[in-house]
Amino acid sequence: MQGVFFLAACASVLAVALICIFLFANGIPAMSEIGIFDFLLGEEWRPSNNIYGILPMIMGSIYVTAGAIVIGVPIGIFTSVFMAHYCPKKIYPFLKSATELLAGIPSVVYGFFGLVVIVPMIRNYTAAQGIGGNGQTMLTASIILGIMILPTIIGVTESAMRSVPDQYYEGSLALGATKERTIFRIVIPAAKSGVIAGIVLGIGRAIGETMAVIMVAGNQPRMPQGILEGVRTMTTNIVMEMGYAADLHREALIATAVVLFVFILIINACVSLLNRRSEND
Amino acid sequence: MGKIDIKDMDLFYGSFQALKNVNLEIEPNKITAFIGPSGCGKSTLLKSLNRMNDLVEGCRIDGKILLDGQDIYAKSMDVNTLRKRVGMVFQKPNPFPMSIYDNVAYGPRTHGIRSKAKLDEIVERSLRNAAIWDEVKDRLKKSALGMSGGQQQRLCIARALAVEPEVLLMDEPTSALDPISTSKIEDLAADLKKDYTIVMVTHNMQQAVRISDNTAFFLLGEMIEYNNTEKLFSIPSDKRTEDYITGRFG
Repeated sequence: MQGVFFLAACASVLAVALICIFLFANGIPAMSEIGIFDFLLGEEWRPSNNIYGILPMIMGSIYVTAGAIVIGVPIGIFTSVFMAHYCPKKIYPFLKSATELLAGIPSVVYGFFGLVVIVPMIRNYTAAQGIGGNGQTMLTASIILGIMILPTIIGVTESAMRSVPDQYYEGSLALGATKERTIFRIVIPAAKSGVIAGIVLGIGRAIGETMAVIMVAGNQPRMPQGILEGVRTMTTNIVMEMGYAADLHREALIATAVVLFVFILIINACVSLLNRRSEND
Repeated sequence: MGKIDIKDMDLFYGSFQALKNVNLEIEPNKITAFIGPSGCGKSTLLKSLNRMNDLVEGCRIDGKILLDGQDIYAKSMDVNTLRKRVGMVFQKPNPFPMSIYDNVAYGPRTHGIRSKAKLDEIVERSLRNAAIWDEVKDRLKKSALGMSGGQQQRLCIARALAVEPEVLLMDEPTSALDPISTSKIEDLAADLKKDYTIVMVTHNMQQAVRISDNTAFFLLGEMIEYNNTEKLFSIPSDKRTEDYITGRFG
């Protein structure tokens, strides 16, 4: 039986290894053919002219993710504060399962929700401002992603806050501090590494999200122009053109995936670093 | 009138009555010790004096607790102001996970003091009053969690003193400490009673004899006897007190 368990354990390692080999074997030659700097820092993406600069998509991914963090982190942290310290016992199970359910909704459903609800709202707003546009913007994508990362942030932050010893909480109250001050000055700082780990996991989820973004972001392959303009991310770049790309174009898309993969690796390294540090505390 | 007057007080946790008709007058600038076996309600009573029992779900209090004649459970009493006036030191040292300086400065900052010079002064004075200044003055910026248990407890006393309370509640403050640290805390308490009214819960009867002026003996939620410490331990008026202090149970 032990052999069976071992084989099962090998499956995931093997999968990661194969994906790495596939990505790097196809992506690295393309990068060197295009020129690593032209590829990473080029501001033009015109496959028909054999110009492959992915800086617009890198910036697009970063901006959209940053927007998601700006929207998702405060809501997520405040929600965790409510769940850990204010929530009446009767509401808690309901709230907990609602946030967990949010994690289980398929991303295409988020995309549809964005397309049907958020996009028209943004379109009406921009129209009223006289800017025009179809409502598929960086802001729209950030709002959707901000909602999508909520369960990740809430789950990790809440458990980090709950693991802060009660004696800190009581010690602060006994000095005459209000509950709010106690939470924001004592409990959250004490749970800091967990809270940051939650945010970093959220970043990882946001930067890798594809389906929901492609449906609401506009996907124009140009340098991001502003939060009320369309934007294309690395993930959507791959999906948009994968179907018909060939030769160097196809390899350039794989190379885009390599860059995305490196981003994810960095984020994972941050998470494990944070986890190690919180264990040492 | 005492510093704190407890009148006809009953305390319930849900349907369980943890304190029964307690009447007690705590004298100013004295050390009052609460003794009794585990579960007798002495810690519960202590925590009622700064309303830390509010945190316990289903806790209900009848009767009155007066601080300088003011009912601390009245609607007009702001619980944060009360806790500033009635400070607390816990059984287990609980410094915050921050620097020694920030631990002591936390209380004054909470109550609106921003000036660096003023904070420096309060921190030094509080640490001196808690008899720990000399040990920590060179590492104020270091984490408080790196100190020994005894130092941590004196830091917690300094932290409580920094908000300039009138009353200091100590919940078995030495039960987690070694004998040397214990005697430091006891000396400190004896020193502090000039300026503060101290109420201390202790499991250790020798400790009550050594440092307290008055002692209250509790049993099963009732206050059996309250007297001058010397009298209570030499000529207890109640049989149950005598049995307890002579070690027949508890």
